Amino acid sequence: MSKGLILMLCYIFLAPLIGGLLEGFDRKISARMQRRVGPPLLQPFYDVIKLFNKETITVEIAQTFLILTYFILMVVTGAMFFLGSDILMCFFVLSTAATFLYFAGVITSSPYSSVGAQRELIQMMTYEPAVLLTCVGFYLAAGSFNVADIAQTPISYIAYLPGFFVAFVFILTIKMRKSPFDTSASHHMHQELVKGITTEMASKNLALFQVTEWYENVFLMGVIGLFIINTNPVSIAVAVAVILLTYFLEILIDNSSARMKWQEMLKITWGVTLFTAGVNLIILMIVK
Amino acid sequence: MANIKRSPWLLHYDGSSCNGCDIEVLACLTPVYDAERLGVMNTGDPMQADILLITGGVNAQNAPVVKQLYDQMPNPKVVVAVGVCACTGGVFKDCYNILGGADTVIPVDVYVPGCAARPQAIIDGIIQAVEIFQKRSDDYKVQEKARKSGKEVQVNG
Repeated sequence: MSKGLILMLCYIFLAPLIGGLLEGFDRKISARMQRRVGPPLLQPFYDVIKLFNKETITVEIAQTFLILTYFILMVVTGAMFFLGSDILMCFFVLSTAATFLYFAGVITSSPYSSVGAQRELIQMMTYEPAVLLTCVGFYLAAGSFNVADIAQTPISYIAYLPGFFVAFVFILTIKMRKSPFDTSASHHMHQELVKGITTEMASKNLALFQVTEWYENVFLMGVIGLFIINTNPVSIAVAVAVILLTYFLEILIDNSSARMKWQEMLKITWGVTLFTAGVNLIILMIVK
Repeated sequence: MANIKRSPWLLHYDGSSCNGCDIEVLACLTPVYDAERLGVMNTGDPMQADILLITGGVNAQNAPVVKQLYDQMPNPKVVVAVGVCACTGGVFKDCYNILGGADTVIPVDVYVPGCAARPQAIIDGIIQAVEIFQKRSDDYKVQEKARKSGKEVQVNG
């Protein structure tokens, strides 16, 4: 069995465990930052198991199908990435998955859910340039879109792509639904949209949504790792350290900022993307 | 049977309360009492809630609202009445618009007394509700299994 295939199987089976544990740490560290004891480390798993055991109620029966598609496409995205195939294709499938989430939100015609879904679209529009530029950056530096080729490098790509790395970490706040950019759905109670895009999701659908978020987080952390990794095996340990540090940074930002309006989010994110990734791109094109 | 009592999500509804109990309910989530260490989350969404927490008495205007919130919650579910008003109607019992406690419209499982109910008492009430929640969930599983196989079963309690 090839290395890519093993990594892919590891992703499919272990990503929910890793994603759930990361969220457990997230909630625990958040609680400690607020001087609370916080829930047990395995709380996200307890929540999902409970949700799977509750009565299924849906406003619109098609919602189950749409969330299932969202889940499958997300798993495919990560599987393709860890298999070592085209990174551009991974992000296209990721966008398709997000579109199905949008449909799952609007199909219920609940005002909270619909507004949350509209904001999800705005979020997609906000982070998409940074994501595409990251792919372009990898291509310019490595000469290939294939993750397997990109990973075979003597020098970590963060040396060539520091601006892209900053832009990608910046949009990670949007992707991980962290404050100040958690406009479409929030993990916290009593926001103006109740639960945003997830308002009309209950029991099994919500559980599936939660597991999908874990898959997505692990995939995004994998992309962060791709910036660090090189042919030296020590770089794997460094990559894990950088991933954990990035996650901690996201928790810190989440706990120390209030939510922004979408206009501000769009302006700031595009500004940061254009400045860091754009300047990096120009330098890279001149040097290479 | 799945151990689901570790994850009770609350829906807090303020009936015709004076806000005394509501502040105490929120105090349960502050760093001093931190109900989240028991897995408690305060959702604003009936579709995701397991425990309905009612403060204040039920009046003619909010009776249908309480009923609807209860109906929107998926099974298994538990109701906790917090404060003497939600239990019986309290000092407002004889007012012309008050129907009485929360149990005049929906079945209440746990009554938390007090005016206002103390956070310790509320957390104790939630822990009792969680035990009932676990039991209901186990019963619900048995019923579901029986429904699928097309048989009727009698469940105690």
